[in-house]
Amino acid sequence: MSVLIYVDQADGQVKKASLEAASYGAEVASQLGVEANALVLGTPEVDLSSLGSQGIKKVFQVKQAELNQFDAQQQAAVIAEAVSKTGATIVVLSNNLTGKALGPRLSARLKAGLVAGAVGLPDTSAGFVVKKGVFSGKAFASIQVPTALKILALTPNAFAVKEGGGVAVVEELAVAVPAAKTKLISTNKIKGQIPLSEAELVISGGRGLKGPENWGMIEELAQLLGAATACSRAVADAHWRPHHEHVGQTGGSIAPNLYFAVGISGAIQHLAGVNRSKVIVVVNKDPEAPFFKAADYGIVGDAFEVMPKIIEAVKKLKAS
Amino acid sequence: MKILVCISKTPDTTAKIAFTDNNTKFVTEGVQWILNPYDEWYALVRAIELKEKDPSVTIHLINIGGADNDAIIRKALALGGDEAIRVNLESTDSFTIASQIAAIAKEGAYDLIFTGKETIDYNGSSIGGMVAELLDMPFVSLATKFELNGSVATLNREIEGGEETVEAPLPLVVSCQKGMAEQRIPNMKGIMGARTKPLKLVEPVAVDALTSIASFELPPAKAGVKLVPADQPEELVRLLHEEAKVI
Repeated sequence: MSVLIYVDQADGQVKKASLEAASYGAEVASQLGVEANALVLGTPEVDLSSLGSQGIKKVFQVKQAELNQFDAQQQAAVIAEAVSKTGATIVVLSNNLTGKALGPRLSARLKAGLVAGAVGLPDTSAGFVVKKGVFSGKAFASIQVPTALKILALTPNAFAVKEGGGVAVVEELAVAVPAAKTKLISTNKIKGQIPLSEAELVISGGRGLKGPENWGMIEELAQLLGAATACSRAVADAHWRPHHEHVGQTGGSIAPNLYFAVGISGAIQHLAGVNRSKVIVVVNKDPEAPFFKAADYGIVGDAFEVMPKIIEAVKKLKAS
Repeated sequence: MKILVCISKTPDTTAKIAFTDNNTKFVTEGVQWILNPYDEWYALVRAIELKEKDPSVTIHLINIGGADNDAIIRKALALGGDEAIRVNLESTDSFTIASQIAAIAKEGAYDLIFTGKETIDYNGSSIGGMVAELLDMPFVSLATKFELNGSVATLNREIEGGEETVEAPLPLVVSCQKGMAEQRIPNMKGIMGARTKPLKLVEPVAVDALTSIASFELPPAKAGVKLVPADQPEELVRLLHEEAKVI
């Protein structure tokens, strides 16, 4: 019996969401009194023994360069074999974009109950129950997983990365790798920006900012704090900002530690994408803006007057 | 070419979320039901666009649920599906639902299976991947663009911090999101025509569920917003640093 954590990579680096999954998986393992091992597919450039820091005992690496490119069908086959070879009874992965492609495939392949979007540790007092978000962030459901093999896909930013002193043993795992059916043609990444889905802090602007030329203050605050930038649907639809920044029901769904919304009224469709944020700050000149009801902190005021002062105060804070 | 579009019924985005029976049942009174937006706006409309380009394309719709799902199925037919299949089963287990779709898909020998990126009620994002695995087909998740050249599809899919373009052979399963297509409103001709389009009722195949919902809960109520005067924005920064400890 063991917990096997699938650790995925991007550009040769381990994704932050996978460090969260590793930390979470190690905690699940210690709760059950079993070992936590990691599975890495491909040849990332980093020293994988550092996963010991997250509580991983052993890292199994399937060292085949063709696995650096992601094909869900191929990876699911490889992971399934690794699960049986390592005797894992729980598979943990991030419910990030790769996890959403892999978790369901593995579940169907291994007849293993899947919790897609776990937000907490299992409750084993009556069976094996894990909580996940439902109704677009408006509720939680406790999912009972009765199958012998279980798959937990952890919501990004729902579990803190553990930084301990451990060193993991890295071991090569020989697994047959079937040919990938999909072929990567090109990758288009926005350079130098924090991916919205991985950001701990997010500064977001809405129609209240009046035009794309006024985004300087959003970008400046984001840069000062090391935050990602986001926007409302109206802003993306008007092409003031790129579509990948759009958060809300039809755009991205995020759960950062801080969501700082400027000039966004907070329609229910927008809230559906951001209501899992730990702290919500709203700056809006309309005191009736529905967003204030969902916010933790707020300023009723003109963004054009308030934001420069906030930027000044953050500069002072960072300098102190 | 045959396309199967998986459609689901969900509560309207603005529906009040409440639970009953010791928090084990979603309160459906007063809830307006809609076609799941991702299934409708992106999966179905993209399939319709492919049919408009190539009239030999047939679009079948599949839904898993009871007779009260027929209204949203008729709406999807009004938008442009050719015929629909409803598997007569109520379930909240993704694997049970995916198994029903896979059984129908196997029989129908579809070239393409489209799903929305997730339903807005259970947010599992699981059906497409499970169907693909059950049928041993490739799967491209969270696609924002789909083009077809013969029997090879070119797709954009979302990755952390950007997109990648991939090529995939048919038959193929795709989960669709924003970018794939634009929302449409059914027209009168479509609505009239939908009444006579075939809606086939099928009994489910037997499947052992892999999960079940033990209970629901609502998130703890927010303490209420702490308002900072507009002329003291530095106080907000202090609170975020010292009280909320997020910056």
